[in-house]
Amino acid sequence: MKKNRRLFGKILMGLLIVFFYLPILFMIVFSFNESKSLTHFTGFSLQWYERMFRNREMMDSLYTTILVACIATVVSTILGTISAIGLSKSRRIVHDVVMQVNDFPLMNPEIVTAIGLMLLFITFHIERGFMTMLLAHIAFCTPYVILSVMPKIRSLDPNLADAAMDLGATPWKALTSVIVPQIMPGIFSGALIAFTMSFDDFIISYFVTGRGVKNLSIMVYTMSKRVNPSINAISTLVVVLITLVLVVVNVVPLIREKHKKAAALKAAGTIEER
Amino acid sequence: MKRFPQLAIPYIVWSAIMLLLPMLLIAIYSVTNQGNSIVSFTFTLEHFHKFFTDPDFLLILWRSIGIALKTTVICVLLGYPVAYFIANSSERMQNILILAITVPTWINMLVRTYAWIGLLSDGGIFQSLLKLLGFGEVELMYTEGAVMLGMVYNFIPFMILQINTSLSKMDKSLLEASADLGADRVQTFLRVILPLSLPGVVSGITLVFLPAVSSFFIPKLLGGGQFFLIGNVIENQFITVGEWNFGSAISMIMAVIMMLSMYLVRKLDRDEGAERRVTGV
Repeated sequence: MKKNRRLFGKILMGLLIVFFYLPILFMIVFSFNESKSLTHFTGFSLQWYERMFRNREMMDSLYTTILVACIATVVSTILGTISAIGLSKSRRIVHDVVMQVNDFPLMNPEIVTAIGLMLLFITFHIERGFMTMLLAHIAFCTPYVILSVMPKIRSLDPNLADAAMDLGATPWKALTSVIVPQIMPGIFSGALIAFTMSFDDFIISYFVTGRGVKNLSIMVYTMSKRVNPSINAISTLVVVLITLVLVVVNVVPLIREKHKKAAALKAAGTIEER
Repeated sequence: MKRFPQLAIPYIVWSAIMLLLPMLLIAIYSVTNQGNSIVSFTFTLEHFHKFFTDPDFLLILWRSIGIALKTTVICVLLGYPVAYFIANSSERMQNILILAITVPTWINMLVRTYAWIGLLSDGGIFQSLLKLLGFGEVELMYTEGAVMLGMVYNFIPFMILQINTSLSKMDKSLLEASADLGADRVQTFLRVILPLSLPGVVSGITLVFLPAVSSFFIPKLLGGGQFFLIGNVIENQFITVGEWNFGSAISMIMAVIMMLSMYLVRKLDRDEGAERRVTGV
């Protein structure tokens, strides 16, 4: 009986994994297809990649996506960290109200956040384009940074900054060399969330952009009406890019840890040798 | 130390302009007329009137809620056993499986939805497979099924991860206690495991239903023009027609429906939890 249930779970799990990865695999395979068909693989070719690299619109959208994601990540990480520190020391009522507003982009359907920002830019006659897309991305990324930094600050000893300043540190010094290093894991995971949110965003970007400025998602959306295997090629490129980012983010701390451990072991070894 | 609260000032200003003001603007636009200057607006309820008296719009609204509900039910029914399976695997296996479910969500949703077009289109793998199984030429693309498949595909990871979190947080000694007190496996599941994992199910439902009701690129890509959902109507009003006031009114209606449904789901969860605590079951 128990075995049967495990077997059922195993089969369901396996099917689900296939379900998750089949489209991605399919997309990668067909990006190397010789013909335009999305259903029959006729032979290997790199022509869709060539076309992709020659396609101005595609390359521009890739550039826009990466540029917006990088700037939005840096700005929202700094803004979010500073704000989280400030809010944690603010009066309760200020903290509670701002955190409530901070939750808006998480609680609302994305399309509501998107048209809200669109109306904001329309009302104040701000021409929509790259700048508005960037502002919107910072607006919806920062709340995630704040939410990921906040718990780390709460678990911090509130007297830490005071102690540093009693020992002669300026408030700035106390902030950068005492508080920030302590909450680094929160800042780091906040930045990671911000980057992937910005990199993947479609709905908000779609509503706040203008003058032909497109990110990858918007490009796929507008091009998907016609069959175009170059979309598969650029999507494969995106999969590779995101995988690389994930590997770097997950592996680098591991390697560092190993180095640290190795160094510690070495140090211990040399002490023993003596 | 006294200077630290000042650090919050930039964000107080920023969030007022970029997060609070946009919501106020939607509310203002939804009850005013196209003059698009905020100085000289006149109050009107005609946009709401227009929406609720047009059978087409009401039909689209019902269809959106229907599809989102079906998607949510499928995600719970499929997601729960999978989350349960993961929670009962070895720790090493748990990490691998969680990673396997998380990785696709890091990849652009639009790209992943686009990938389904090739799989579902005429002459694609799934059609050929169904033909082999003797179902004949089944039209897969541009159907309600395709739209729902796209939604389940995009949103089920959130459901699994939420349920899994609440299952793996559970104190395992409770299960032993339940067994010691003479409960069989089914009783333990129904009276201990299921109630304790309900919060996970509830937040999973929120994470699936919310984006499903408002989604507009999944019906557009996989449903063609046939499956117009409320998100598509909003998109149309803002991008194609330029009726911002009417579009804002629809968004307000949608936001209210969401808030109500979320409130209901949470309340249900809370009431049941309270009852259980009182009766001690």
